[in-house]
Amino acid sequence: MWDVEIRGMASAHAIIASSIFMATVMPAVLLENFSVYGTHMVWLYCVAGSVAVVNTAVFWLLGISPPTKKNTLSYKINRLSRSCLYFLLSCLFFHTVVVMYGAPLLESALETFSLAVLLSTLTTLRCLCILGPNVQAWIRVFSRDGAMSVWDTSLQITTGCSVIGAWLGAFPIPLDWDRPWQVWPISCTLGATTGFLTGLVAAPVWIHWHRKQLTYKLK
Amino acid sequence: MKRLPVLVALIWVCSVFYVGIFLFVGGFLLVRLEVNRTSTCADVLSPGAQVKGDFCLSEPRFRRAVVLIIDALKADFTRYDPENTAPKPFENKLPVLDEMASSHPSQARLYTFRADPPTTTMQRIKGFTTGSLPTFIDVGNNFASNAILEDNLVHQLGQVGKRVVFMGDDTWVSLFPKKFHKSLPFPSFNVKDLHTVDNGILQNIYPTMEGDDWDVLIAHFLGVDHCGHRFGPDHPAMAEKLSQMDGVIRSVIKRLKNDTLLVVMGDHGMTDTGDHGGESQKETDAALFLYSSSPLFSAPGSQVEPEVVPQTDLVPTLALLLGVPIPYSSVGQVLLPLFPQNGSRGAPTGLSQAEALWINVKQVNRFLETYSNMAKDIPPDSLSQLRADFSNISSQYLAAVHKGHLPSHDLVVSMQNYLTGVRETCRASWARFNPFKMAAGLLILGVSCMLCYVISELSHLVIQEGLLKLPILSGLVVGLVVAAGQLFTQGYLELSWCLGAASLSSEVLFLWRTRGVSPRGRWSASGLLTPALLVLFLRCASLLSDSYVIYEGHVVTFLLFTLSVYIPLRLNWDGLLVPLPPPDTQKPPRLLPTTLPSSVVRREATILLVWLGVMVGSLYLSLSLHNCREEQGTCQPSPFLSPLSRVQDSQLRNLHYVLSVVSLAMWGYLLHRWLRHYGNLNCSSVTVFSACFLLPLACVCMGLHWAVSATPEDTFRTLSELIGLAQVFLPRATFCLLGLGLLLLWVDPMTVFLKSRTPLNSRGTSLPPPKYRASTGISPQAELHHLIPQLYQRIRHSLEDGVTESGEADSRPAVEAYGLGTVYSAPLILLCGLLGLVLLLLHPEGMALAFLLLLLEAAAVLHIHACSTTLSSLHKHSNGFSVPWAPVVSWSLAAAQFFHATGHLPTFPSIQWGAAFVGFPQGHTGTVLPASLVTLNTFSSHIIFAVGCPLLLFWPLVCEVRGTRSTRSAGAEESEDAVMEMRLRENPQKFSSGLLQLAARYLFVNGAQVFASVCAAAILRRHLMVWKVFAPKLMFEASGFIVGSMFVILGVAMVMRVDMSVGGLFKKLLPQNSRQSSLITSGPAKAAPAQVEVSHHIGSDAACGSFPDNPEVMTEN
Ligand SMILES: [Zn+2]
Ligand SMILES: [Zn+2]
Repeated sequence: MWDVEIRGMASAHAIIASSIFMATVMPAVLLENFSVYGTHMVWLYCVAGSVAVVNTAVFWLLGISPPTKKNTLSYKINRLSRSCLYFLLSCLFFHTVVVMYGAPLLESALETFSLAVLLSTLTTLRCLCILGPNVQAWIRVFSRDGAMSVWDTSLQITTGCSVIGAWLGAFPIPLDWDRPWQVWPISCTLGATTGFLTGLVAAPVWIHWHRKQLTYKLK
Repeated sequence: MKRLPVLVALIWVCSVFYVGIFLFVGGFLLVRLEVNRTSTCADVLSPGAQVKGDFCLSEPRFRRAVVLIIDALKADFTRYDPENTAPKPFENKLPVLDEMASSHPSQARLYTFRADPPTTTMQRIKGFTTGSLPTFIDVGNNFASNAILEDNLVHQLGQVGKRVVFMGDDTWVSLFPKKFHKSLPFPSFNVKDLHTVDNGILQNIYPTMEGDDWDVLIAHFLGVDHCGHRFGPDHPAMAEKLSQMDGVIRSVIKRLKNDTLLVVMGDHGMTDTGDHGGESQKETDAALFLYSSSPLFSAPGSQVEPEVVPQTDLVPTLALLLGVPIPYSSVGQVLLPLFPQNGSRGAPTGLSQAEALWINVKQVNRFLETYSNMAKDIPPDSLSQLRADFSNISSQYLAAVHKGHLPSHDLVVSMQNYLTGVRETCRASWARFNPFKMAAGLLILGVSCMLCYVISELSHLVIQEGLLKLPILSGLVVGLVVAAGQLFTQGYLELSWCLGAASLSSEVLFLWRTRGVSPRGRWSASGLLTPALLVLFLRCASLLSDSYVIYEGHVVTFLLFTLSVYIPLRLNWDGLLVPLPPPDTQKPPRLLPTTLPSSVVRREATILLVWLGVMVGSLYLSLSLHNCREEQGTCQPSPFLSPLSRVQDSQLRNLHYVLSVVSLAMWGYLLHRWLRHYGNLNCSSVTVFSACFLLPLACVCMGLHWAVSATPEDTFRTLSELIGLAQVFLPRATFCLLGLGLLLLWVDPMTVFLKSRTPLNSRGTSLPPPKYRASTGISPQAELHHLIPQLYQRIRHSLEDGVTESGEADSRPAVEAYGLGTVYSAPLILLCGLLGLVLLLLHPEGMALAFLLLLLEAAAVLHIHACSTTLSSLHKHSNGFSVPWAPVVSWSLAAAQFFHATGHLPTFPSIQWGAAFVGFPQGHTGTVLPASLVTLNTFSSHIIFAVGCPLLLFWPLVCEVRGTRSTRSAGAEESEDAVMEMRLRENPQKFSSGLLQLAARYLFVNGAQVFASVCAAAILRRHLMVWKVFAPKLMFEASGFIVGSMFVILGVAMVMRVDMSVGGLFKKLLPQNSRQSSLITSGPAKAAPAQVEVSHHIGSDAACGSFPDNPEVMTEN
């Protein structure tokens, strides 16, 4: 049982990680003048879009999403619209937080917002997929005893890693090295993506190692 | 509580830190040795040199010279661009220089004149009179200019009998006492005064020139510099000033005779904001204009013109042109275009280029020999290289002279190279380090940080056992032994090594002794790996990178933000932020069974998040109050930083004024509100007087002072005298009021209002009559809101004893005490508030906003700390009064952050010198007062946060009442009453150890930052940015630590003062009550020697409490 779940998670994560690589490689093949630094926004939205699509598809196929009580169409539409709303709100939230951290307020607002979109894709979207549009459940998941399944644990790990990666990505910005990746917000997006990838790798490994200690309540 | 061990421990730790800083700085910032030898006329003569007769008696090229020094005459000011149709205020205002240089190319030249840093006026005067390179450490001497002891141009001119007449900046008179034939000094210190010095010169310069009682005339104009400091270069006043200077130069040129040389020069430039002191090109590049009525220069193009003239080169040039020996320690190089290419042509009495250079080379070589004998700081390999060069030049020159033909061009070039080489070698070696002292300082600082950490972990042991006695004594002994040894072997004392040995030995002994005491588990790495300490580590690491130091303000804000956001995340992770779901039967109860009710959790979490919002908001707003370093490219300094008198748009000025006054009023109101809220304003003590009257009055005075100083000078010409008077007296009155407030606070820090209910009790005491209560307007509702008299109850069983003993224990409470719950924090807050106003007065008006944000942010840190303590109170066992690392690190980061948000930067030009003139617009006579005012201004945020540090200990107790009140309303146990800060009184041991721990942690956090910046300076001492970034940062960090640690001790001492008063209060209360109730006077330690019944009077309950008089006494028995 355990091994099956972990293996499933590992393969799901592998698919998501490979989608990020594809999002980096495919435009480079198809588009001219594409580069991660030069046309950073294109790359960012490629990655965000592919992660969003693949995440949703994977979780929908695996049936991880929380059980829906009603199966009517209107309920589903309601759920979907609420999810979209939450996603948008989370983008705004991340934007505010990033600005508070010292990002410029007006100039390069688009870049800042794109970073917020990427962060939301890497964190909030997974929350939406796994927990549904239920903020209380989100808050619950991010506590020590809040995880109720391996997927919750993996959510904890990937979200933490993405946010910490973005945070660490801010560190090289003030340095006077004049590298292309020090331009706002490239280092942060790279940091977030790297953190997310690390989380994807780390989550199955960590769960595998700690499978003895992990005891989940039944839903 | 134990006062002495805490204070001794803190003072010892601080002094050990000071010794480390002293040692390191002593090794890092070396002073150049002054050579106290002077050149004489005989030195210039030497066998073979073709100078006829006595050098000083031979006819010089110029008999007289006029030197006009226009302070801060930046190179840009002198450029003239006829194409420029819309010149800025400082452009095209000195056309005379360009006119002369282009119309009389053989008579006039305009050069860029590059000063050596530090570009402060006194160092520059030293530089261009001695021809030497004043060192970094001289920067601080600008307040006290001491006489120049080295050989200099003024001295040499006097030696040959030239009459030097001086007028202008009075710095010169203190630098050259009694050296002038005649001097007309004018006060220079008042930066706001643009005209006194210049008008004084203008009244005297023309009569003097037309008279015949002078040979060299030096006039030092200050108007341009002061205009820059006051208004910046981009201001109409600057145009006016420069046009005035243009007129002066024209009039002087008209009056020049043929035998007179005119030198017009700036001592340094200025930045775009009109400041100077650093080493950016804007500050170093001044202008040099040379003019003579008779032809002086050869035709342009006939020889290589220097692009930039170093400031040191003026000294040998002037000396040789005027026929005096070059000063002994000069390392300058003669300015060749002023000398004819071959001496026999043109002016018969002038030296040729080769002769001048030869004299110059010999003088520099002699200085180098003398200096290398005295000091060993010039590297031997470059010294031997220079020696070889010299002997080469010497033999070639002498051979050429011997053969009778002119020295070759190559020889001239090699002489120039030699002189440049010497200057560069000196410049490099006068910033040399003493590695032993640096290493010793580093070691002591590192061990001090460890020591601080150990003391903070073992504070309960430090105050109990005599752990400190032996280390301190042994330190003293070792210091004395080393001193004696030095006296015995060397014959003289080197203080730094004695202090170093003493502190190191005491530190090591202390650590050795605590080695066995400390529990093992505590020292593991996991204890050090808390996120708070990780943030501290990042902060320290950031000090090692010049980019991070340049962006320090943003880095600190970033880290502080991270740390504050971490706290709720962590609480949520621990499941404490949201109310727990109903107890789960399946899950083993990990937590303690007694959980906070969910309503309390919800409210505390809300409060936490609200204060987090306040914190984030004030952090974000404070970012817009920063000043800019010159390295920060496109950065614009905050508009609130410029004094109101500089704002030209009157509407904007009014807006700024209103904002500042509103912030000031808010500052006062918030303090007053807090004190009233906790019932600290009910009594009639002097402290309450100062809170209720002195504080508002001081605020009003400040508002008026700002209004007066913001008025433009021209608007009320008739009232100018009154305005001048107000500018002196309003700030002084504010200082006096606040000083009085601080004094009263120290004399009687009690803010407790005692009210007796039983009429019997009131006899013999000065308790106010009951109607007092009505007169202060305490409504019953207000009482329900924290104005509750705080119950002081302790030792349950002795209460029961008391009840049984006193038999018919009346159900009415005996004494009510208002404000007892915040008895410790109220005076401390008042102290911070008063100090904050003093410090605000020293800042530009707009900084009131920053101070308000500071208050909000401090409150936010305190509340977040308090809420998280409440929320996690059941998670962790409260271990005494231990303050965790996170709030301490936040507190220290907030101090660093507001250092930046109040417009300060760790650079010397950004020091707000204007602070010295608040209340003293006429300047000062001494140096102590202005220096301390500027220090207070610079480290104001360090001071406020250091004094307020003990609040971190009190705040969870102050905020405790909320939780317990709702507990009561929920029907919880009555006995868990709001005891607030009286808990500290119940556990004097834990109180002392908690206080010591908190102070030691705060010192550790700050000390670690000092250690990091010391490491940065030591490791990166060859870095390109060391003098620009790391050395100033080290100086600011170290001074900030010294000032801050002193105020930490002051804050702790204030707490102890309050504790003494509280002790006194209870002693006073006890006897009168003891007469009524029969007492248990002796017995086991648990029994109180005396007891008093104190009540709180919510509702009809009548709880009786008793407390021991002086718990320390008990435990010491
Ligand atoms: Zn100057
Ligand atoms: Zn100046």
